[in-house]
Amino acid sequence: MTMVADRPEGLEEAAVATPEFEKAAERAASRRGFLLSLPAYAYLVLFFAVPLVIVMIYSFATRNRFGGTDLSGWNLDAYRKLGEPIVRDILFRSLWLAILTTLICLVVAYPFAYFIATRTPLVRNLMLVFVMIPFWTNFLVRNYAWRVLLGNDGLFTNISEALGLGERELLFTTSAVVIGLVYGFLPFMVLPLYASIERIDLSLVEASRDLYASGFQTFRRVLLPLSMPGVIAGSILVFVPSLGAYVTPEILGGAKTTLLGSYIVTQFLTARNWPVGASLSFVLMAVMLVATLVYFRTGGRNL
Amino acid sequence: MGDGGNDPVSGQTAAVELTAITKRFGSVVAVDNVDLEIADGEFFALLGPSGCGKTTTLRMVAGLEFPTEGSLKIFGNEAGTLPPNKRPVNTVFQDYALFPHMTVEANVAFGLKMQRVAKGEIADRVQEAISLVRLEGLEQRRSQQLSGGQRQRVALARALVNRPKVLLLDEPLGALDLKLRQEMQSELKALQREVGITFVFVTHDQEEALTMADRIGVMNEGELLQVGTPSEIYEHPVNRFVANFIGQTNLLDASVVSNDTVCLANGVHIPGKSDLPVGTRVAVCLRPERAGMYPPEEVPADQQSVIGRLESVTYLGNALVYTVVLDWARLEVRRENQPGGYRPHVGQEVAVSWTLDAISVVRA
Repeated sequence: MTMVADRPEGLEEAAVATPEFEKAAERAASRRGFLLSLPAYAYLVLFFAVPLVIVMIYSFATRNRFGGTDLSGWNLDAYRKLGEPIVRDILFRSLWLAILTTLICLVVAYPFAYFIATRTPLVRNLMLVFVMIPFWTNFLVRNYAWRVLLGNDGLFTNISEALGLGERELLFTTSAVVIGLVYGFLPFMVLPLYASIERIDLSLVEASRDLYASGFQTFRRVLLPLSMPGVIAGSILVFVPSLGAYVTPEILGGAKTTLLGSYIVTQFLTARNWPVGASLSFVLMAVMLVATLVYFRTGGRNL
Repeated sequence: MGDGGNDPVSGQTAAVELTAITKRFGSVVAVDNVDLEIADGEFFALLGPSGCGKTTTLRMVAGLEFPTEGSLKIFGNEAGTLPPNKRPVNTVFQDYALFPHMTVEANVAFGLKMQRVAKGEIADRVQEAISLVRLEGLEQRRSQQLSGGQRQRVALARALVNRPKVLLLDEPLGALDLKLRQEMQSELKALQREVGITFVFVTHDQEEALTMADRIGVMNEGELLQVGTPSEIYEHPVNRFVANFIGQTNLLDASVVSNDTVCLANGVHIPGKSDLPVGTRVAVCLRPERAGMYPPEEVPADQQSVIGRLESVTYLGNALVYTVVLDWARLEVRRENQPGGYRPHVGQEVAVSWTLDAISVVRA
């Protein structure tokens, strides 16, 4: 009681909600939000945007005779070089392998994600942990493990010999790279798929079956459309890193199947042609950007 | 009209016939040895508390669960293990389960599309179904843009458009508010008469079952306790559970003395018909609205009565509920709120009375 009586008159007026007061509060909130995200912005600008601009500048530069880079005369030579058959082949091969990896991941991960999503919560969490366990081991180490498995005296060759299929040399082939990529990126497909399937009301599946749809029709007409955000998110999460993959092709692939990642590294480190490496990096980024835009355009925001 | 089941005289086949159906989930018996016949064209309600097995029974008819034991026939054809898409039945799901990525029209057309009905026919039948449930003008809406009542209609249209032989409804009105529910009750009833399809619906709301159904099956703990018309179930419940579950009731503990006499727990013998063996523990079921109330010395000669003290009066507006306490029981008497008549005060001694046809003797 006394506190109310003691309160200065001005304060009481300020406590009345007015449109101006509301706006001021909104402004204060957005200012706070900006300050809180400042470290993240600073980090991104310093370590992402700035280097990106540097790469872009280099992609328009010319390589000089001594393997250095001449920044004075800007031109599109480096981009023209991408039209050459060797580079084009590498581009298309990488694209094809990334698409193949994505498709295999999709086909393998979908039933698995559906299975997880339809379990009891306890089993569900347990299985999700299993999906993530491989991440606890270094990616490089896991790739070397595949080298052993696929190698001359490895598990796969032994099985194929035991089955009478003859000695199959898998290591250092494109197949080995695809196996390695699928293995490495499968969790990135499983998790978003699981997240979107888990949110589908399973009585919709029953309704579909009740309305004369077969199991496959139910998948095609009900489950797939409703889990599309997960399909697209997972596909991009697999496609993008597959396209630029470096470690897996280096360790499991052969010299015959150079991929984009390796080629870019070669351009920078061995050929010392920084402009070509930079321009290739930029093309790669453009493809990924398009993929990401597709994702957001097709309702990825719902995820 | 009374018995709706398989009529041996006309040789009519039952729409749904369950014979010794049992469903177990692990060690839990959800449905226990149920025998049930539902006649063609009947509006049948499966009534019971939650977890009584009524929904599981319905789901077995739909093909969403398969019986562990027993035989399930739909129009004479064994259907126990058929998948849902191979059965001539459709379901209105509890939460409607409308496809959120489709318009109202596409939802309704789904079943016909899956059956590969010709395009032109689909369009006609979808339009017909949509006007049947009065949803014209909303064809292009999505389910998120509809009210609860509208969603319910879409679910109905989506099922009825297929012209199923049996329509199954799982708590069809459960998600609606009271007023809408009452509206939909009469609407559903009218709809059923119009399309002439057998409706089987599951509910825990006894009032809903009494209002809509031609016959009711009462379930508890997986068992089907009683099947009958609403008045049979209400007036002649087979046991204490059914009597208690359907409407308000007073149950007086008693035991059978002969086939027309029972002995109340206070030792008084009163007339009460039953075909149970002598000595069986029973309950005399006296509905509050069927009980009379008089000053103790003024009970009409043709009525039985017990005397107790009026403990409280609950005013309901259109009626009054009197709670009368005896030293061995507690009774509720409901009187319409009419001018004049006997209005005892709390604390007074009153007689609660009944005529022979007002009570029924049920198994305890």
